[in-house]
Amino acid sequence: MSDAILQVKNLRVYYGTPGRPVRAVDGVSLDIGESEVVGLVGESGCGKSTLGRGILGLLPDGARADGEVLYDGQNLVAMSQKSVRRMRGPELGLIFQEPMTRLNPLLRIEGHFRETLEQHEPNLTDAEVRRRSLETLGRMGIPPTRFRQYPHEFSGGMRQRIMIALALVLRPKLLVADEPTTSLDVIVEGQILALLADLKNNFGTALLLITHNLGIVAESCDRMAVMYAGRIAEEGPVREIFAEPAHPYTRELLRSTISLDTTELHSIPGAPPNLIDPPPGCRFHPRCPNAMTVCAQLEPIEQRFEDGRRVLCWLHGPNDRIPAGGGAPLERELLGVADEA
Amino acid sequence: MRPEAAVARPDIAEGEPLVSIRDLRTYYSIRGSFADRLVGREGGVVKAVDGVSLDVRKGEVLGLVGESGSGKTTLGRTILGLVRATSGVVEFEGHDVAHVPEREFRALRRRMQVVFQDPHASLNPAMTIAQAVGHPLQIHGLERNRERLRIKVAEALERVGLAPAAQYMDKYPSDLSGGQKQRAVIARAIILNPVLLVADEPVSMLDMSVRAKILELMAELKRDFDLTYLYVTHDLATAKFFCDRIAIMYLGRIVEIGDAASIYADPKHPYTKALLRAIPEPDPARAVPRDLPRGEVPDAASPPLGCSFHPRCPLAFQPCGWESRDLRDLLEARWARKAGEAGVEEEEALFGNLDALSAPLISARLTPPRGRTAAEMLAVLERIRTEDPDEPFWKGVRRLEAVDGRLELDFHEPHDPTLGQSGDVEVACHLYNAPA
Repeated sequence: MSDAILQVKNLRVYYGTPGRPVRAVDGVSLDIGESEVVGLVGESGCGKSTLGRGILGLLPDGARADGEVLYDGQNLVAMSQKSVRRMRGPELGLIFQEPMTRLNPLLRIEGHFRETLEQHEPNLTDAEVRRRSLETLGRMGIPPTRFRQYPHEFSGGMRQRIMIALALVLRPKLLVADEPTTSLDVIVEGQILALLADLKNNFGTALLLITHNLGIVAESCDRMAVMYAGRIAEEGPVREIFAEPAHPYTRELLRSTISLDTTELHSIPGAPPNLIDPPPGCRFHPRCPNAMTVCAQLEPIEQRFEDGRRVLCWLHGPNDRIPAGGGAPLERELLGVADEA
Repeated sequence: MRPEAAVARPDIAEGEPLVSIRDLRTYYSIRGSFADRLVGREGGVVKAVDGVSLDVRKGEVLGLVGESGSGKTTLGRTILGLVRATSGVVEFEGHDVAHVPEREFRALRRRMQVVFQDPHASLNPAMTIAQAVGHPLQIHGLERNRERLRIKVAEALERVGLAPAAQYMDKYPSDLSGGQKQRAVIARAIILNPVLLVADEPVSMLDMSVRAKILELMAELKRDFDLTYLYVTHDLATAKFFCDRIAIMYLGRIVEIGDAASIYADPKHPYTKALLRAIPEPDPARAVPRDLPRGEVPDAASPPLGCSFHPRCPLAFQPCGWESRDLRDLLEARWARKAGEAGVEEEEALFGNLDALSAPLISARLTPPRGRTAAEMLAVLERIRTEDPDEPFWKGVRRLEAVDGRLELDFHEPHDPTLGQSGDVEVACHLYNAPA
């Protein structure tokens, strides 16, 4: 995509362990367009949160990243911590889960906004700080009468609204939201998602929404990337992927989502692999109902579809790269609960 | 250890009440601040469960559904005797749980077990799986022989799918995945051969890909062990799959109860409808912008007058309990929506501090600040009404005028809705059972 505001190219993030490294993100490429809402989904431990943090340069000590995260012509991976820090906020914003723990309990809401704006836009006058803060809070449904209250005086949903406002007040081009509604009630979750889905209209902000809930992706996102064991298994427009998932993992993940229309329970056998020593070939092959012999031997090659999708699965070829007999069904032992997530 | 007192185990027929709850109230007192206590002022009371009557019938899965703060978890815990009821009766197999002597209660408790939400927090990290699962048998003095205990633990583990059991028995919880831990917790619950299992959000901490497996296991165990479930959850999607009957709770009360099929086919209470609408549909072709109720579950220490749901309800009308705090919400929502626009700060200044509206009263009296008039305040309210005449708040207003330099606003008399039959379900809503 040419109008991408952020391009991730072959990003790898390894966590050091006493033994061998955990390859949490292992060669991921992903573009995010202007005002686009991209969903990043996968089971716990697939590397989706690490990818989100990797994009913002917020990796913990002991993590090593290589590859490129291109924003505004600069590679964030190669930049100094200090320069990345300067971009975080005005250019790239972040919303965490558990809003309870992210606000300073001793600081009024006003103080949080003042601190944030003074840090990044020191030239604003007091009146401007106030106006910008109240406007952003208002869009998130927080009335001006509560500007001087402390975090504990707000409910969980309101604290998350405040966190979002605090990220948006700097008008970033891209917001990364990591499970922003996980600890909230269903109705409040719906309210917050409606706010986030509206960002592109209200603020022109692009959003990377990290979640394990496919219902949320279906509802709020334009494009989605399905992550499995540190890699993107399938990526493309949400409608097309839900209508006809190309990767067996996407299909199984969709089938195991319990919604009001569920008439039959379905689950994916086994568990995601550990990322120190992932399975050879396609990392999903031990759990894949469609696995062929080639899947256990060779790493799949990315295929692109006409509808803008890309998929990492041998079922979609290239056929000339599959060795003779590679298309035969893979014979495997049955997976037991022993391997369950 | 002394053997536990024997308690008659009555034969309760399928479909008869196993647990019978009548007008149950469970209140928590909140401690006031240090200063409050110095001057002898009491803290408030949170009515976590506020007048619930309910039967759990033998052999059914009863879903107790609500958001956090609805009292669903407290209700489950009160049934188990983990929390003492303030008033009302909980009978389990005909025994009044609150008044059974402790020694006999232990024998009763063997027959009611619980599975909590967080499998990690439910298992002692210093105990092996075999120790944890066998612990109930030891506590209740049911098995003292080490060999036989191990055999029983192995049986329970294999029963919940942790097979071969030998592979798990000597592991610690940290060696197991979330799903496996929840299976171990379930094994610990069934090892005493209970009749009632209270499952409090048993799958909501698990990945989507394992939820189905745990629900399937629970359904299997129910068949094999003739269990009765109280399934406590906020998730109407899993409840639909799992429950025979559903009770919807809001702020300590049941607002709708009936057969699952009827509730999903034709939800009556506006809150039930809202909960159903809030579930994201995993189908982008059908995802439409949802009309969700505003606000959040209010503070249970000071619930709204009348129907607790009225401040969020799109269909609320005269009798639903309109009060001064609703006026405050109306003004604040407006100022939030229009923050930064011209004239808003002036309106804020005109109404000044809204603290006068924070006590739940069925009338509001506002005095304008020096140099301003009540007529100006009235004009602002009339303007708000004209801008959005369909706002339910205005249905609750009985009188609004400027009198003697004061703004006076009276609301209609509030009425508490009570559960009444409507079609196939019981619902507590004035739309269906108009107050006399």
